[in-house]
Amino acid sequence: MTAIPLWVRRPAGERVGWLRTVDHKEIGVLYIGMGVAFFAIGGLEALLLRAQLATPEATLVDPETFNQAFTVHGVTMILLAVVPLLVGFANYMVPLMIGARDVAFPRLNALSFWLSLVGGIVLYFSFLAGGAPDTGWFSYAPLSERAFAPGTGVDYYILGLAVNGAGTIIGAINLTVTILLMRCPGMAISRVPLFVWMTLVTSVLILGAYPALTAALVMLFVDRQLGGHFFDPAGGGQAVLWQHLFWFFGHPEVYIMVLPAMGMISEVIPVFSRKPIFGYGFVAGSSVAIAFLSFGVWAHHMFAVGLGDTENAIFSATSMLIAIPTGVKIFNWIATMIGGRLRMTTAMLFAVGFIAMFVIGGLSGVALAVVPIDLAVTDSYFVVAHLHYVLFGGTMLGIFAGAYYWFPKMTGRLLSEGLGRWHFWLTFAGFNLTFLPQHWLGAVGMPRRVFTYAASTGWGPLNLISTIGATILAVAMVVFFVNLARSLRSGEIAGDDPWDAFTLEWSTTSPPPPENFTRIPAVTGRRPLWDRKHPESRDKK
Amino acid sequence: MSETGFIPAERKPPALSVSLGRSPKIGQDRTLLGVVIFIASESIFFLAIVLAYVAYRDSGLATARANLDVGRTAIFSIALFASSGTMALATRARSGAWLAATMLLGAIFLLGQGSEYARLLGEGIGPGSALFGTTFFTLTGLHGIHVLAGLVALAALFTANLGRARAVREVAWEAVGFYWHFVDAVWVVVFSVVYLGTLL
Repeated sequence: MTAIPLWVRRPAGERVGWLRTVDHKEIGVLYIGMGVAFFAIGGLEALLLRAQLATPEATLVDPETFNQAFTVHGVTMILLAVVPLLVGFANYMVPLMIGARDVAFPRLNALSFWLSLVGGIVLYFSFLAGGAPDTGWFSYAPLSERAFAPGTGVDYYILGLAVNGAGTIIGAINLTVTILLMRCPGMAISRVPLFVWMTLVTSVLILGAYPALTAALVMLFVDRQLGGHFFDPAGGGQAVLWQHLFWFFGHPEVYIMVLPAMGMISEVIPVFSRKPIFGYGFVAGSSVAIAFLSFGVWAHHMFAVGLGDTENAIFSATSMLIAIPTGVKIFNWIATMIGGRLRMTTAMLFAVGFIAMFVIGGLSGVALAVVPIDLAVTDSYFVVAHLHYVLFGGTMLGIFAGAYYWFPKMTGRLLSEGLGRWHFWLTFAGFNLTFLPQHWLGAVGMPRRVFTYAASTGWGPLNLISTIGATILAVAMVVFFVNLARSLRSGEIAGDDPWDAFTLEWSTTSPPPPENFTRIPAVTGRRPLWDRKHPESRDKK
Repeated sequence: MSETGFIPAERKPPALSVSLGRSPKIGQDRTLLGVVIFIASESIFFLAIVLAYVAYRDSGLATARANLDVGRTAIFSIALFASSGTMALATRARSGAWLAATMLLGAIFLLGQGSEYARLLGEGIGPGSALFGTTFFTLTGLHGIHVLAGLVALAALFTANLGRARAVREVAWEAVGFYWHFVDAVWVVVFSVVYLGTLL
């Protein structure tokens, strides 16, 4: 008796292998595997940074290594861990949720994944080729120009990000066409699950934002390899052009990373509250509003550059404006829980944790949108704290919620709830211990990206707390990996629909067969599976 | 079928692309929609490069006026613009001959660009010489690469269309056509900004 086949329920003898697969589920798993691997690597880099900063005037690593570590940590977490994790879940779940047999272009889907992975490998190859990039994840010019970054690290950054970005853009085209054209009968766009909505909006953001990064990378390449002057003030260029182009990509990138996680908890919260989502239209519509606004806020990363008071005021206003559609969602999730019959599973714990942590990150974001506050704490640990509350407290907790929710569908086995609780509470404690003190550190003036600090600054105790928190966070991740490994082998058998859920992915087997459904479903509402199971309480629309 | 309870699907998934007569519609055909979305994304890419050119236009204007031959480039541009017409005819008639004409016109354009590059480089103007060279070679070079990619796509379509099998999906004509018209449209912008801009 062999175990249930993992990831896709193929008949014996029909395995195609990971290198050749074009099945959206297997490609989704490949993406998730890539994301998990790079998440672990990026986490180890973060631990190295925290170890060095634990005490003042430490000499655990030299400044050059430190610079490489924080640069690669940022690029890894954003582009090689979080984005592949989110794209991976979208790849696996979107066709299932809309009642399709695969994505629109299965072979192109495989190309997207392999480009994304090769981009990451190219970036990491820089370590073997004489040193990783050390100019920060946003690699500001003119620091990134050949005169100031003479090694090959930045060149591998350019090549790696361009190739990785090409994969991400192709993947976004694929998902957009899939969602627009491959929905099953009755699955109007006003009925697709909210995770699908968020994936659609995210894909559009990728299509608008990533090309600007590619263009900036091409220009930097021309500067470094062909002696160009795009960002070279000595040759008449303007270094600030890089910042404009980079953040025109970089800020939508924030929403690219958070919207799918919002989509995940928009699936988890209704199911474990046993209620439909409160205000479906507002959740979907506010995401569209976020998408539009996100292309008009980039210069809030540049308040300290000196663009001028008018420009700063405009970008300050748009940045505050974007808090409104974001806040709308918070109320939607809370209102969904009010009056619901809550089941506090691990997935639900992580979803609620997302709301709490994301509110903190959102509020410090609104604070940073105020120009005078930003000028006081720009490039300080306050910014580091803010972005980690959004990207770890928000996105990563959302991804964990999605992982506990969908793991049974993907493997046929449940993750352990006992270890899950340990995972959640250690994460919650470790995360807050790591990043909450960094608000204070930033407020009292500790700059980000410093390799060490004098004992007389008095920053030692808070830094030590932060490092202890990071260690707890690392333990939490070990618990998660143990949970994954154990549940894969011997987890409780899940069945098709362990959560009594609402949407179509739970109507097929766990894991689903190739082509997903024995019969293409036809739907009449937003909760097709619920309607089928409970015809007496069908949704009205 | 198998012990895991797997039941084979009652039908195969639909073929990759649905052909809707001679003119598939963008909103219904996934290949066409994919190409259109790809072009939209490419537009953002070119927009960023064009904006960089415009931002630095003033500092390179004197060099541009002294060294760009607007009249000569206009002739080669007409070849590219005309190739959009031949491509439209090729698409309408599913005609290999018109495809060949399109490829010929595209190649003429690239030859013109190549000879201009050779002349400028001979005069010491390159991507590293000054800001004009940097922006000029980046913008026109990226466009040239896209023309080249278009020629490859045209050649693939032409080859597939040879012989009696005619193994071309109907939608491929439209898809390659879209891309070719896009490359042409980008040149309308680039020619206006870079070349006609020197006449202002």
